[in-house]
Amino acid sequence: MANMNPKKTPMPEQEPLVRARNFKEVTLGYTEEMAREEATRCLHCKNRPCVDGCPVNVRIPEFIEKVAEGDFAAAYDIISQTNSLPAVCGRVCPQESQCESKCVRGIKGEPVAIGRLERFVADWHMAHGGVSTVTPPGNGHRVAVIGAGPAGLTCAGDLARQGYAVTVFEAFHVAGGVLMYGIPEFRLPKAIVSHEVETLKNLGVEIKTDMVMGRILSVDELFEDGYEAVFIGSGAGLPSFMNIPGESLIGVFSANEFLTRTNLMKAYLEDYDTPIRRGKKVAVVGGGNVAMDAARCAMRLGAEEVCIIYRRGLAEMPARAEEVHHAMEEGIQFRVLCNPVAILGDDDGQVKGIECVEMELGEPDASGRRRPMVKEGSNFVLDVDTVIMSIGTSPNPLIRTTTQGLEANKRGCLIADENMKTTREGVYAGGDAVTGAATVILAMGAGKTAARSIDEYIRSK
Amino acid sequence: MFRIVEKRELNSAVTLLSIEAPLVARKAQAGQFIIFRVDEQGERVPLTIADYDREKGTVTIIFQKVGRSTMLLGQKEVGDTIADFVGPLGNPTHFGEVKKVAVVGGGVGCAIAYPQAKALHNMGVQVDLIAGFRSKDIVILEEEMAAASTNLYLTTDDGSYGEKGFVTDKLRSLIQQGSNYDLVIAIGPVPMMKFVSALTKELEIPTLVSLNPIMIDGTGMCGGCRVTVGGQTKFACVDGPDFDGHQVDFDELMKRNATYRSREQHDREHPCRLTGEVR
Repeated sequence: MANMNPKKTPMPEQEPLVRARNFKEVTLGYTEEMAREEATRCLHCKNRPCVDGCPVNVRIPEFIEKVAEGDFAAAYDIISQTNSLPAVCGRVCPQESQCESKCVRGIKGEPVAIGRLERFVADWHMAHGGVSTVTPPGNGHRVAVIGAGPAGLTCAGDLARQGYAVTVFEAFHVAGGVLMYGIPEFRLPKAIVSHEVETLKNLGVEIKTDMVMGRILSVDELFEDGYEAVFIGSGAGLPSFMNIPGESLIGVFSANEFLTRTNLMKAYLEDYDTPIRRGKKVAVVGGGNVAMDAARCAMRLGAEEVCIIYRRGLAEMPARAEEVHHAMEEGIQFRVLCNPVAILGDDDGQVKGIECVEMELGEPDASGRRRPMVKEGSNFVLDVDTVIMSIGTSPNPLIRTTTQGLEANKRGCLIADENMKTTREGVYAGGDAVTGAATVILAMGAGKTAARSIDEYIRSK
Repeated sequence: MFRIVEKRELNSAVTLLSIEAPLVARKAQAGQFIIFRVDEQGERVPLTIADYDREKGTVTIIFQKVGRSTMLLGQKEVGDTIADFVGPLGNPTHFGEVKKVAVVGGGVGCAIAYPQAKALHNMGVQVDLIAGFRSKDIVILEEEMAAASTNLYLTTDDGSYGEKGFVTDKLRSLIQQGSNYDLVIAIGPVPMMKFVSALTKELEIPTLVSLNPIMIDGTGMCGGCRVTVGGQTKFACVDGPDFDGHQVDFDELMKRNATYRSREQHDREHPCRLTGEVR
């Protein structure tokens, strides 16, 4: 008989006002007892709607059954067959709009806490010796992957499991992509990302860092070097600005810069050299996960006041529900239906304020969300010393502009079909480089599909 | 890890290092830059490529020790390694169809003016190289610059070496004496590039400047290196580092470059109490 408690088993968390001042992980994960209790809430429905809700089709009810039995090693084996980065997904996937949104238990009460269970299993595996994978026998074929983010790592892992010799080329000095530079330590500890990368290396994946592809090597040179196929997972790294007055003032950052300094370069730690501005009054413009991450980092770096400025309403915010909830608990203010029109500076070029207008929602636009419209004459100024722009990113043009025959749409996104095949033979692409800024798990799904296509392509040659 | 194969102190504050980086050396061109990181705790710092040797697989950088990272780099010796050396980044300089060019270098900027002069000189272009320094004791690369130019004009602010005066004075007098330059390339401190550009704008001579603002990744990701050029926001790392000197907002760039100045000051004045060194 299933556990019919309508609520998810709660997951312990650091106290909001304590965690708002440290970079340690916010949520602490289930104990074995909590995990087994939550696992018994699964009804094991026949048609398994949750599996369809997962971009990499983790066999959810099967692994949950093993958790309920207390066989956590078996649960890990089931997850890792389709998911290369389970400890990451359990933490950063928007479960509420994917697997958990399809859960039957969600009709009358809360869905099964699939994300928390996935995280528990991955963490348990790591804590109990971790690396189980054996290098599979090689099949003699070489594939190059550009970008060691979620899409590239997933593609590399899936291909390596089938015996391909995979080399991943990464521009930064560490692998992980947005998992390292973007998502903060308190939401996704970097040791976990490193562990997942080590697991891939044990599968035989070779990772070359400091390789800015398109500059140091071109896609053509990869083929000349004997790689039979190339996967491009170079992400969407180019930050957008609003093009309002004052964006070049000192104290205005892209969220990318602010987060990269904090997370990748560890500027929040005393013994690291990278400088960071520790603003006292910080405004973060945008309503996505990246905006939440930037705001919460600013708070942890010692800000007195941090506010999110978002032009639509709370209901329209694209950020994961849990992130908005956590940010509010930590004392981040939310100024919704509010949009900046100018950033104000002093004589030394330092930010001293941000001028905003109030907004109201009109008819739905092309994206289906209600279009924000300016309330005329509602201008007001917020007193801030730091502004972080988190209004989106677009793909980096470096590879597109240095590779013949690779087509992109007018937003700079590479064109790829449903099998992740680009307009050039032997070249596949996926993740944010194709979709524009999206989620970790969608990028992983694309990496998975691409691995399947690359395998078919090489076999058919 | 990247190994240092040559080290020369060019003056008390400026160091030359050649680093083993065969893939970077294979692709490097005049005008491009690299990003180095000394060790795990280090920052990522951009430096323009001063020279490269495709056969030996080495890339040369020349830098002034102004902050913690350049001081740490300056402490490395031949045979030591640094954690990261990424490049070549940015666009190579596009010279266009030119017959006679004035290359103007200021201080440590001469390290970057030199490869530009060398590239032009090798193309058979007539190159007048104007190299300005504060005083005699900080003059660098005199022989190299002489070999890479048709005429080398050295100036010092205090007259202790070469001609007394600023590079702008020399450039103006050369033009007044009848030198018809198709292009002026100015590389050095931001104020110097600003004044050269103001002069050549008045004289209507196309001018390129090479910018080196604050950045992290060097691939267009952080946007920290944004500069206003012709009223538009450009990223120096991917749109530059060369820009039309007549269009750059130098005043804004000077302010932005000062973002972490107090931190740099602190690094220079407060060495580690335990080791007496930077870290």
